[in-house]
Parts: sequence; C-alpha cells; structure tokens
Amino acid sequence: MAQMNMIEAIRSAHDVMMDKDPSVVVLGQDVGYFGGVFRCTDGLQRKYGEHRVIDAPIAEGGIVATSIGMGVNGLRPVAEIQFADYIYPGFDQIVSELARLRYRSCGDFFSPVTIRTPCGGGIRGGQTHSQSPESIFTHVSGIKTVMPSNPYDAKGLLISAIESDDPVVFFEPKRIYNGPFDGDPEKPGVSWSSHPKGDVPEGYYTVPIGSAAVAMPGDELTVITYGTLVHVAIAAAKETGIDAEVIDVRTMAPLDVKTLADSVNKTGRCLVAHEATRFGGYGAELAATIQKECFYSLEAPIGRVAGWDTPYPHAFEWQYFPGLKRIASGMRRAMEAE
Amino acid sequence: MISKSRLYIPRPTARPGDEPDFSYLDLSPAGAIDKPPIDSRTRDIEKLSSGLVRVLDDDHTAKGPWDPNLEPEQLQVALRWMLLNRALDDRMWQIQRQGRISFYMQARGEEAVSIAQGMALRPGDMCFPSYRNQGLYLYRGVKLVDMMCQCLSNTRDMCKGRQLPIMYHSKEGNVFSISGNLATQVPQAVGWAMASAIKGEDHLAATWLGDGSTAEADFHYALTFAAVYQAPVILNVVNNQWAISTFQGTAGGERRAFAARGLGLGIPGIRVDGNDLLAVYAVTLWAADRARRGGGPTLIELVTYRGGAHSTSDDPTKYRPKDEWEAFPLGDPVERLKQHMISEGHWSDKKHEAMWAELQADVHAAWKEAQKHGTMTEGPWLDPATMFDDVYAETPPNLESQRRRMLEVFSGK
Repeated sequence: MAQMNMIEAIRSAHDVMMDKDPSVVVLGQDVGYFGGVFRCTDGLQRKYGEHRVIDAPIAEGGIVATSIGMGVNGLRPVAEIQFADYIYPGFDQIVSELARLRYRSCGDFFSPVTIRTPCGGGIRGGQTHSQSPESIFTHVSGIKTVMPSNPYDAKGLLISAIESDDPVVFFEPKRIYNGPFDGDPEKPGVSWSSHPKGDVPEGYYTVPIGSAAVAMPGDELTVITYGTLVHVAIAAAKETGIDAEVIDVRTMAPLDVKTLADSVNKTGRCLVAHEATRFGGYGAELAATIQKECFYSLEAPIGRVAGWDTPYPHAFEWQYFPGLKRIASGMRRAMEAE
Repeated sequence: MISKSRLYIPRPTARPGDEPDFSYLDLSPAGAIDKPPIDSRTRDIEKLSSGLVRVLDDDHTAKGPWDPNLEPEQLQVALRWMLLNRALDDRMWQIQRQGRISFYMQARGEEAVSIAQGMALRPGDMCFPSYRNQGLYLYRGVKLVDMMCQCLSNTRDMCKGRQLPIMYHSKEGNVFSISGNLATQVPQAVGWAMASAIKGEDHLAATWLGDGSTAEADFHYALTFAAVYQAPVILNVVNNQWAISTFQGTAGGERRAFAARGLGLGIPGIRVDGNDLLAVYAVTLWAADRARRGGGPTLIELVTYRGGAHSTSDDPTKYRPKDEWEAFPLGDPVERLKQHMISEGHWSDKKHEAMWAELQADVHAAWKEAQKHGTMTEGPWLDPATMFDDVYAETPPNLESQRRRMLEVFSGK
C-alpha cells in the first residue's frame, strides 16, 4: 500500500486507466506538458504521449464539446476544467448535449465523458476560484455527480467514473488535495500521510458510484455532508463532544438514500452541511429526502449549515466558509432543538 | 436620448411590400473560380472565400475546373434524392397543417446541400447535421416511413416519443442525433474528427449549421479546435439568408462572407453556389480529399435561400417579401439540375414528371404505412413507462421508483 495525497491518487487513477484502456484520453488546459496547475496529470503526457494527453485551447465549451465528439467516436475522454468556477462556458454542452445524448437517441449514441474539476473554498481564491456548483449539476438528469473527500475514494471513484458509460462530473475539493482540513484556518496544515484514507493501492480498484460512506460512527446526531466538510464535521464532533455519525455522501447523483436514512433512523437527529450556498442547494434535496424517509424517527427539525447566500467573498472567507465554528454551532443547535 | 443613438443597425435590403433586392450578394460567373491543388496553403487560396464557385451556368451547361463530370446516371440519382426530399417535405407540411403532426421543418430550396454533400462523402464519414438536413438521413438509408414515424412520435419512432418532430438520428447511417440547440453539433464534429485522427483512421466528420447560428460560441470553439489540431472535418455554413426573421447581416454577414470566418485561424474557406449540385459536390470532394490526406479542416459556405418558412410555426410574410425566392439569383437547385440534364440530352420533362409522380406515390404509401404504427389520435400507443429508459446506461433506483409511481397514479392508485 502506498501513501498518496489526493493529487497523487487522482493521477494514479488516470495512470491505471490509461494503461488498462487505450481508448482513455485526457484533455484540458495545461494538463499535458505542464501536468496541470494542481499537478493531477503530471507525468502522464511523458508516459502516454501527446496524442493521449492533450493540451487544449482555453475554451471550456470547446473542451466539453470535443470530448463529446471523441466519446461518440469510441474514445473515453477525461476532461479537466481547471476550476469549477470556469465550467459555465461548457454548461450548455454538458446539460443539453452530454447529459441527454443517450436519451434523445434511445441509446444509439452516448458519450462516456468524465469531467474533472477542482471545486470549493478555503484557499483564499475569492469568488472565481472557490465555488461549489454541484447542485447545478445534480439537477440535470443524465449525468452522475461525484465529490470524494479523501485520496482512497478519489482514486476508486475516478476509476469508476472513467469506466462508466454515463457522463460524470467529478468535483475535487481542492482545499483537501494535500491534506485533510478540520475547518480551523489558524491551525497548521496536515498531510494525508497520517490519515488512514491516505493509504492507497497502487493498482486498479473501484469505489462504486452510488454509495455513501459512514466517515465516523456515532449515535446522537447524523451529519450528512461531502467533500472538505466531512473532515470539518468530524473535528466539530470532537470539539463539541457530540456523539455524531458523519456520513460522506460521496456521490450526489445517484444518491445512496439507504445509508443516509439508516443513520438518521438510528440517531433521530440530522444536520446537513455543504460549502455551496444554501438556497436551492443540494442540502434541500438531502433534507427533503430525510424528512420523507425518516419522518417518524426525527426528534428535531433537520438543520442546514451552508455557504451564505452571497457570492464567495475574498476577505471574509472564514466568516463565509462553513468551518469548525459554524458546523459546531449547527451541531449544538441540532442537539438542542425539539 | 435614443434619437442621438449612433449605433449601426444592420437592415435587410427588402421587407414585405418591397421589391426583392439581392444586390448585396456577390456573385461570380460559372467556371470563373480556379480550382487549386488540395495541398494549397490557406494563404494562397484566400480568394476562394470571397468568390462563388459555380459550375452550372445560366444556360444550364456545366463549366470550368470545378465540373465534377458526373455520369448521367449519377445526376439522375442526385435528382431523385432531391425530389424525394421535396416530396417528403411537401407531404409532411400538409400533414402538419391538417393537425396530424405537431411540427415540421422543410428544406425547400436547399435540397442540393444534403444530397450533393451526402454523395461526396464516404459511408464511414460521420455527419453532424442541422435540422434542415433531412436529405442526409434519406440519402444514408433512413426509410421514409421511419422519418414519418419519428414525426408522429408513434410506436415505431426511433426516438420513442422523446424528441420533437424532425430530430432524427441514424447510427447505421452515421448521421448524428439532432439536438435542437443550435451549433452544438459543430465542435462535437471536430471532437469526432480528432478521435478519428487519434485512432489513425481516415474517416472524416462533416457538420452543418446555418448562417444565423455562426454567431454561437460553439461555432468559434469548433473553428479554433479544428485549426489547432488540423482535424479532418468539413464545417458547412448553410447561408440561406434567413434565420427565422434574422437576416444574414445580423449574424455578421454584411462585410465579409461566412466562408472567411476561418481564415484568421488558417482554415481555408470556400464560398459555393449552394443551389448548384455539381459545384457543391465538387467543393465537398475537394475538402474531403484534403482532410483525408492530412490537410485539416475546410469551411464551406453554401449560398442558398430558405424557400419556405423557418418551420410550421413561422410566417415569413411578416418580415420578408413574399416573392423573394423567385428573385433569388441562384434559383432552385432541383430546377437547375433538371434543366442541365435536359440540356445534356439525358432527361426530359416527361421523365421528370414520371419520377416526381412515382416519388409522391412512395411518400403517400409510406404515410399510410406510418399511421399503422400509431397517430396523434389513434393507437397503437407508446408505453409511457419507457420514458424512464436511457437516461443512464442502467436505470438507477430513484428513476425505477418514479416509474412505479407514475404507473400507480395513472392506474388510479
């Protein structure tokens, strides 16, 4: 077993799949010779050549569209959009084309594109390098939406995404590329080397799309979250002393309702947390699902902690970000509510 | 405030009640444009984007270096497909007017585009069409009855009732699925062509869009990626002068031909008489040979005229002269090919009428057959439970649950 951070795990997933399947190609801005601004594709062009790891023009719509065409012609493209904040020029191609091609042609045409994109805040990125637009994609039928919270899952889920004949939008929480983050910006950074999920097999394995994970077991409160906030929620449980069960959603669409509902039916209390803005966010879907599945087990209203409904503010990042204080406060309120 | 506006607003040369005026259209005599070698550098053949490649002259003879010298039998085949396209369109238009399908779009006046280009491409070349390329589907083997069943959303509909009429697809014929969102297919075609090159194959992609939709970013993504990777793709701008009520000047066609859009990226552009089947065929073959030999993309502007309304939902008398098509200097592609064949001594009005009658009968018979598979008012009916299929490769639990719920509700539970 190797020690890997999330960047190395993602790179390894590419490597494993490019080695296994000659139809896998990688394209995106800066992904080739340079190896990506976050280094997720470093070394791949040297190993697999510039015809399989392709530096693309700065045109997200063109990257998505040409990936679709490549997929229709038998390749299995993995496209990188450098920041999720820049995915919008490709949005029409994702929503109107990639997501619906199989449906509108009754399965005669499809394109197995994986779109990887770094998301989320906590890196002093301001409003153009911090967004979490996952709910915009979970609202679109025909695509799968994934966000891992650790190196092991990142590699296993990315391999599943690349192997999937359905299009996948794969969000990578860049705050935890190099190490888990407990939501307190004052503390020094930690690496993945001391985290059990930093143990990553070198070879092929998968984590299935459509299954959530219990990131930390507990009995008093269920915190349902994903991405960076999985680690913040675990830290907040320790800080508050609440015996919380932290559920890592891992794949927002399709959603593993059973794992979530089993937990809430056990604890009777539920807090939903995500970095993205609250109104119309994915947390609303989670809350509605839990309300339906667990209504008679709930002892208190389902709480939500999310980004405030403003653009992501550069100077007020730690008032905006659902960090340790905000999640801990939300957990306490969920415990006090009746 | 507004009276002081200095903003330039482009206007068409004629509106309803005006004399049609095509003085804005730059024309070249038949045979006047040189045919360069296919390995010419873009900079040496820039003139192809501003001239107009024409083979069929006003006296119906074929002239000049672009004459593809097709055999009489090939011309007859081409004419037959164009006429079939027109016969289908005529019938489906009437059928929509009778309220028996919800929507239709005809290719009247533009039939040479799909048929000539279909003939110039090889079966393994992939077509990414626009919504007025029904001729491509016909030419590549989709049966009349299947086109009609798609428009009826009936039990034989290739789209299983999921798509608006005319949004066909044909995997067997290598003709892509029509989306309805404009220009999205153009950069997809470039991606398909890039994959063909990556795989070391010599198949091309060809794609079509209208003059109006060249304003979409997708078109410009396509030009950039096609140029950067020298993708084996033919990008066709069908300039039929009108995009619903938006005339080609509003899409940016007033000062420079659409064929010149790629020059800044080093993509050769050819402006061709889109109603001249011989010229369209020859130009497409030139671009295909160039791409197949590694010469990269070509942008072809096909100058034509939208002879009918944009769709059954449109009324062009509200925004353009009623008799504009009759005044269009490049005429009607069907009539021009017919007159050429007659002047060559291989065709006659009598033969033409017989062919037209035969094709109308084929269309009539196909419509009778299509209705057996269901109409808007009579069964058999598509099973609504199938609406949950093909969203994903495997139907996930949430969709299975919604399918069950839908069936429960409509069975009275």
